[in-house]
Amino acid sequence: MNSFKLVVRDLTKDFNRRSIFRQLAFSLTVGDSLAITGKNGSGKSTLSKILAGVLSPSQGTVEYFLDGVRIQEEQMKDTVGFVSPYLNLYEEFSAVENLKILSQIRSNKKRFEERADELIRMVGLWPRRDDPVGIYSSGMKQRLKYAFALLHEPQILILDEPTSNLDEEGMELVKEVVRRQKKNGILIVATNDSLEAKWCKKKIVLKVSST
Amino acid sequence: MSAFGSTYAVVAKDIRSEWRTRYAVNSLLMFVVTAVSIILFALRSVDPNPELLSGMLWVVIFFTAMSGMSRVFVSEEERGTTLTLQLVATPTVIYFGKLLFNSVLILFLSFIITAMYMIFFSGFTIQSPGVYVISVVLGSLGFASASTIIAAIIAKTRSRGTLYAVLLFPLLIIPLMVGMSSTIKALEGSTLSEALSDFQVLASYLMVMVAGSYLLFDYVWKE
Repeated sequence: MNSFKLVVRDLTKDFNRRSIFRQLAFSLTVGDSLAITGKNGSGKSTLSKILAGVLSPSQGTVEYFLDGVRIQEEQMKDTVGFVSPYLNLYEEFSAVENLKILSQIRSNKKRFEERADELIRMVGLWPRRDDPVGIYSSGMKQRLKYAFALLHEPQILILDEPTSNLDEEGMELVKEVVRRQKKNGILIVATNDSLEAKWCKKKIVLKVSST
Repeated sequence: MSAFGSTYAVVAKDIRSEWRTRYAVNSLLMFVVTAVSIILFALRSVDPNPELLSGMLWVVIFFTAMSGMSRVFVSEEERGTTLTLQLVATPTVIYFGKLLFNSVLILFLSFIITAMYMIFFSGFTIQSPGVYVISVVLGSLGFASASTIIAAIIAKTRSRGTLYAVLLFPLLIIPLMVGMSSTIKALEGSTLSEALSDFQVLASYLMVMVAGSYLLFDYVWKE
């Protein structure tokens, strides 16, 4: 097992003059899991995006370490998987094409060849793998997001509203993904659902800021 | 090497997406055909000289850039795939991928516009093909470089259309004026050395725009 670590220091985010959250600090290692909860507008999705490295904080840092060595910002994308309502895949391409194209852009086509079929089967989209994503239901699109997030075997998996649009079978799939990630890496779940929050050992409750 | 591969993959993705959706090409081709037709009707009773033809050529290329080049980023924003791209590629890869796609698109359209001018305007005779090709290629790449960074800036705003035109127009004046000047020289049969000063301005503009955009793009791409 590697010694992957996520370290957050003095994290603050403001939008215009409104403070979303202030001076958050925590660290997570392999086997850790963190639930981010709070009311609507408390900044759960914003914090998730900052932790995934796709949004800049107003102050503070998010750093990933592998065996004590800080991972450069450009390489962070290779270690994080992200499922979010704000993330969409290309509707004009099929599930297979989406995974292949995004693997090529990420420069890990080899992983695609090794894992794409297995993941598409795992998320239950194998019979519809060649259909354009534009004709998928919202639940099928959510399943495909899991295949995309897991394709490069990320050390950190961040799930924002993990079970939205999913049926019972889809929820079981998410529970299995969560179980595996807690064993092999770091899991972060941003949710309003108290049952989903219980998947995690640690918890942050964000308060809606009045300023 | 992997950055080149990723950049190529972004361009290939955009070309493939464009092939499936015809998001930009169809409307741009329609615009080019309409614009050239209107110019043809407007000039039917006069014998246009090289200055006029060169000006009209660059007006069509200019408005093609103004109307179509923003789509590389606006379409990602509208489809909600910006976050997906942010998760798989560095800002540098995205910037150069989008710049290359816009360059390919505007060069293709410039080729179509040139072919239409050669077919429909008897006075449009290219006396110096070398000067003409370098003028159109450097001018079009200058347009693509300015259009790409402005497209990235306006993609996240609400009043995209207005803002795009307002921000882009002053930036395109230089390649527009110099491109016109060197195209007149190509139509009049000037040599490469006579058009060299124009090429130097166009090449310098291109380098400055690409270098400036490369430095700025990180801040634009990551909120």
